[in-house]
Formats: sequence, structure tokens, C-alpha cells
Amino acid sequence: MDLNPSEEQQQLIDAFSAFYAKECPVERVRAAESSGHDADLWASLRTMGALEMAIDEQSGGWDASLLDMALVAEQHGSYLAPAPLIEAQVAARLLARTGGHAAAAALGRALGGDHLVTIALHPPRGGVLALVPGGSAADEVIFFDQGQLKCVAIVDRARPVPNTGSMPLADIAVDSGSVVLESGEPAEQLFESARDDWLVLMANALVGVGSRSIELGVDYAKERHAFGVPIGSFQAVAHGLADAATAVEGGKLIAREAAWAADDEAARARELACFSCGFCAEAAREASYRSLHYHGGYGFMLEFDIQLYFRRARAWPAVFGEPTHMYARGAVERLSAVGSGL
Amino acid sequence: MDFRLGEGSDALRDEARRFLDDNFTEDVRERMHSTGVHHDRDFHKARVEHGMLAPGWPVEYGGQGRDALEVLAMAEEFQTAGAPTYAGSTTLMVANVIRHMGTEEQKRLIVPQALAGEIVIVLGFTEPEAGSDVAAAQTRAVRDGEEWVINGQKMFTTNAQEADYVFLLTRTNPEVAKHKGLTTFLVPLRQPGVEIQPVFTVSGERTNLTFYSDVRVDDSLRIGEVDGGWDIMTVGLTFERSLPQGGDSRRLLRAMERWALTSVDDAGRAKSEDADVQARLGRAAAEIEVSTLLARRCAWVQNAGTLPGVEGSMAKLFATEALTRQSADFMDMLGPDGIRADGDPAAVAHGIAEYSYRFALGTTTYGGTSEIQRNIIAQRGLGLPRA
Repeated sequence: MDLNPSEEQQQLIDAFSAFYAKECPVERVRAAESSGHDADLWASLRTMGALEMAIDEQSGGWDASLLDMALVAEQHGSYLAPAPLIEAQVAARLLARTGGHAAAAALGRALGGDHLVTIALHPPRGGVLALVPGGSAADEVIFFDQGQLKCVAIVDRARPVPNTGSMPLADIAVDSGSVVLESGEPAEQLFESARDDWLVLMANALVGVGSRSIELGVDYAKERHAFGVPIGSFQAVAHGLADAATAVEGGKLIAREAAWAADDEAARARELACFSCGFCAEAAREASYRSLHYHGGYGFMLEFDIQLYFRRARAWPAVFGEPTHMYARGAVERLSAVGSGL
Repeated sequence: MDFRLGEGSDALRDEARRFLDDNFTEDVRERMHSTGVHHDRDFHKARVEHGMLAPGWPVEYGGQGRDALEVLAMAEEFQTAGAPTYAGSTTLMVANVIRHMGTEEQKRLIVPQALAGEIVIVLGFTEPEAGSDVAAAQTRAVRDGEEWVINGQKMFTTNAQEADYVFLLTRTNPEVAKHKGLTTFLVPLRQPGVEIQPVFTVSGERTNLTFYSDVRVDDSLRIGEVDGGWDIMTVGLTFERSLPQGGDSRRLLRAMERWALTSVDDAGRAKSEDADVQARLGRAAAEIEVSTLLARRCAWVQNAGTLPGVEGSMAKLFATEALTRQSADFMDMLGPDGIRADGDPAAVAHGIAEYSYRFALGTTTYGGTSEIQRNIIAQRGLGLPRA
């Protein structure tokens, strides 16, 4: 067991941490609140190789492991970066894995320049892909429908859906013009694996949200005095932060383990993807709620940053589903393994 | 990064499984359940014979020099099986204190006996008026020549009826600050003046009250300096930081998964296909994974040459609170049948959910309450000021 990132991984963490610190101060997050998308930040992330890292060398990428990407996602989350990194990475990785002419062409467009390809996490209902992450900034979306993996161009930019987390979401109609990338069993497997990747990266991004929430709460609890002492000396405050910090630390371990398992323990990869995202979603919710509450009335004011984390913690994973839904998906995976041994 | 424990751990885990298959028999289980005593002399002896008691100890003491992650893998299996290990753990913890802080004579006399399974040592810290505030102990030790005379009372002296010695925290100087007037002794339990009174708990586990009236102990059995007891306690407690976690939850989850796969609802549909059942099982499985990882992190830190501090508090806090939630949740999941207890043929898996619900109550208290762990995490981990 080695819980330390490798030297290369540490360099990756340091590079992206420095990047976000410089390019994504909280003013920039606030400035992008209306659309949830900062096109310049996304362009800078592209320059950093954010998409290339997600795909194999043959497809023109760096062939990073999911764990490498997870370490970047954690930084992304801790800065609440308003750019559709996770969706774009998952979409690109899916296209590279799919192979074939249509997928290769779509990947070419995604890597080519100012053309964002995202992924819908659920099949369309009534011809509409609901709450597509990155959807209001995207030029093209990959989706799964009735046994087929498809992509479709978004001709006019989709209307952003106002939402809790100020994210670039859109409902996208897919009634015509879609192209089939893969069909049948392989299509379903590719789509489910992409969903697993998204869950793992989201889990790690939520670790970033939770960790930063704890920092904000702890800093405030040390500074703010009431009844003549710092409020962090009251157990009613300290114990809530201790519980939340414990859950976030545990979440960091399971989120990284899930990313590691994608390459190194395939038999448990899906259950860990589900469990890690469900757990980290709840841990980030609790951490941001506790920290906001311990800010007193200030936590309720838009001016204080903790509200940004509180809203994002709830909304970000919700485009996949509630934590309970993730736990159930993971349990189905475990039960089928246990059941075959009975 | 690598989340595999390693080949040495895998090998010792396999050995532990084989050992448990052979030695954690129905007879041993039955004795545990009927007496509430989580120590079994035959089982303890078998551990010694098979190198399953102290594999982490150096070879010169009869151990195998295994590292913390290897020992943890073995301990995870014992905990998941629900095997009786508590008296073994307290004995080894005290032996470890003596190894680091004892006199040469104590090391020569006590440690080999402890590792050979010839003696059992239990803990005598907690008192009626001193629980979490353990340094408030009032049990008195007064010097009389080469001996000390002890008077007082200890709570929760678990396994005292099985034991040869109690590792006793006493007050030797009432005039100084409470942490500065404490001394620890290894007190022989089988002597006049020691009274052991059984105490039965909600989980069915037996513990004891122990009373000490003019009990005499030789100065050669004093551990550490006179009035230096707090240093001894501090060292002793650091040995407790790489314990396995999540095993009791894992045993419970396995039983509940089996139930879900083999039971049907009124409409004949498998419980394993019920979304509510799936969500409860999944949440518990996620929490157990986290409990396991937090505990493994402690052993990993220890292998790296650092004593886990805050990491140990997080592991203990999270795992015991998780067991408390899970056992309640699974009782609800089983519906009215959730309250059926062991002995009722209709109880699911011998009533493991309702048993765990009662068992969990102790886990958030002994070894430092959840509140004490939160204080440690807040102050040492987060850097928040003391109250």
C-alpha cells in the first residue's frame, strides 16, 4: 500500500494547483455565475492538455490513468472552476475507446479547436436529453439511446437551465441528425464505463469541494469571536467540523481508490465508482453545510464564498442522480458478485 | 499510489482465514454467546501455537517481525469473523508498554509469559467518577516499604475473571495537578482484597467492577516512575492506534446481502431487486470501505515510521459511528422481523442486526468516546483552539 502520489503525480497536482490558483481566483468563479462557463478558462485548460491527458497515445493523447485525472479533478473541484472539464474528458475518453470512423471523426473535432463535445449521463426521454452537463457550452453531445451510442451536433447554442449550482446545464432535443457510433452490447458497455469514469472524477472533484469547505469553516471558526473566545473552541462547532473533516478524509481515500481500481482492480471498479461518488457527494454536502452554518448570518450572504461551495456540492453530482441512486447501483454490482457465490 | 496491502499481507490474511476455519469453532462461538465473555482460553492458546497472537513482535520475543499492514490484514480477518480477541489485545498492549518502558526484570519475567499465552492482563483505568477524564482516577496507592497498598474501585475491568494481572492506574500523589500524581502497577488479581463483581451489558457482553481493599503489590511491579503514570498511559494509548475497523460491519453486511438474495417480498419479488434494499446495502458497503481505508491508512503511516495520531481518531470515530447507523438501518430494513433475537429460528442470521444494534453502543465509548475523538481531531487535526 502506498497512499502517496508518485513523483510524477505530485508534479501534476502542483502544476494544476498553481494553474487554478492563478487562473481561477474566486472572482472569476463569481464572474461566470450567470452562465457557469468561462470560455477563456476552458481555452487555458485546453492549452494545459486537459483533453489530451484523457486519451491514449494512439489517439493523440498522453494516456493518463484515471487516477491522474482524478488528482486534477480534485484541484478543479476545490477551485469550483467554471469549465466543463470532467464531461469533456469523459466524452473524449469514450470516443477514443469506441473506435471506428464516426467516433474518430468526433474525437478529431473535440481535439481540433473551439469545439466542445460533452456527454449526456442518461438516455433521452421524449426526445430530450435532460440537464446535460456542459450542455449550454457544448457544440456536440454523445448519448446512449435504445442500444445505440450516438452523437449529435448542437446547431444553435442550447439555452442554459438556471440551476442551484450555477452550472452550464442544458436540455437538448435530439430528434434528428444524430450519428451512430456503436451498437448493441459494446455500445452499452462503453456507455456504462463512461458513466463510471464520470462518477469517479466527480467523486474526486467533490473531495476538493469538501476539503475547501472545511478550510473555510475552520479559518472562520478560528477568527470569529463570540462570548470572548473563538467560536472554534466551542464543542458544538468543533465537533461538527471534526465529523465533516473525517468524512471528507475518508472520501478522499475511497475516491482515489476508485480511480486506482479502474486500472488495477477491474472486478471492483464499478461498485467503487458508485460508492465513492455517493459517499463524496454526501460528505461534501455535509462539510459545506456545516461550514456555512458556522459562519452564522454571514454564511447566508452572497458575499461569503462558502455559499458557492454549498450550492455546488448539492448540484454538481445531482445531474447523475441522488447519492441513494449511486449506492443502489453499486449494491446491484456487489449483489451479483455475492449471488454468484451462493 | 497503490491500494493493495501487499503480498505479505495477503499471505498472512490467508493464514488467518485457515486458522479461523479450524479454530473458531461452533463450540467457541457458543461459549462466547452463553457467557458473554469475549475471551476463550483454548482459542487464545491456539493463536499462540499458530503464530496468530503477536506476529508483529520482533523474532527475539517470539514474534515474526511482521509489519503493521501485515498484522492489520490478519486482524481484519479476526474482527470480521467476530473471534474473541479482546483479552489478547489488552495483554499485548501492556506487554508492549513493558517492552518500551519497563525494567529489565519486568521485560524478562512478564513479556515472555504474555506472548506465550500463559498470562492474561486486563486494563484498570476507568473509575466510577473518571471515564473520559481518565487522569481523574482516585484509586490510591500508598507506599509501605518495598510494597504499595492499594485501595479503590475500577469500572469495566473486562475479562478480570479470566486474568492474572490488572494494569492499574493509581493516584500516588493527591497534592499535585491530576496528571502529575499518577502511577501504574501490574497488580496480581488472584490475591486477597481483590473483589471481582460481574457487570452485564446491553449487548450481552460481560464486564466487571473490581474493588481493591488493602491490596498489596511489590514495588518491582510498578511500571515506570512514581508519579510518572501519565507518560505510561500516553505511550500505551499510542499502541492502540492501528486497530482494524469495519469488521463488525462487514460481517453484518454479508448477512444482510445473503438475506436480500434469498428472501422475497409479499409479491414474490426478490428483496435484492428492491431499490430501497439496494440503497441501504450500498450505503453500508460504501461506509465500510471508508472505515477499512481509514484504518489501513493508520497502519500505512505506522509502516512509514510515524505514530498515527489524528488518523487513529478518525478511523475509530468513523467506523464505530457507522456501525451504529448501519445496525439501526438494517433493523428497519428487515421490518418487524428485525427485532427477532438469537434463539428464535425466524431471526435473520441469528438476529445479527439487532445484536449489532446493541453491540454498537459500547464501541462508540470504549477506547475513547466519540466526543474525545472529535476533540482530538478538532484540536490536533484542524488546529481549532481548546475550550
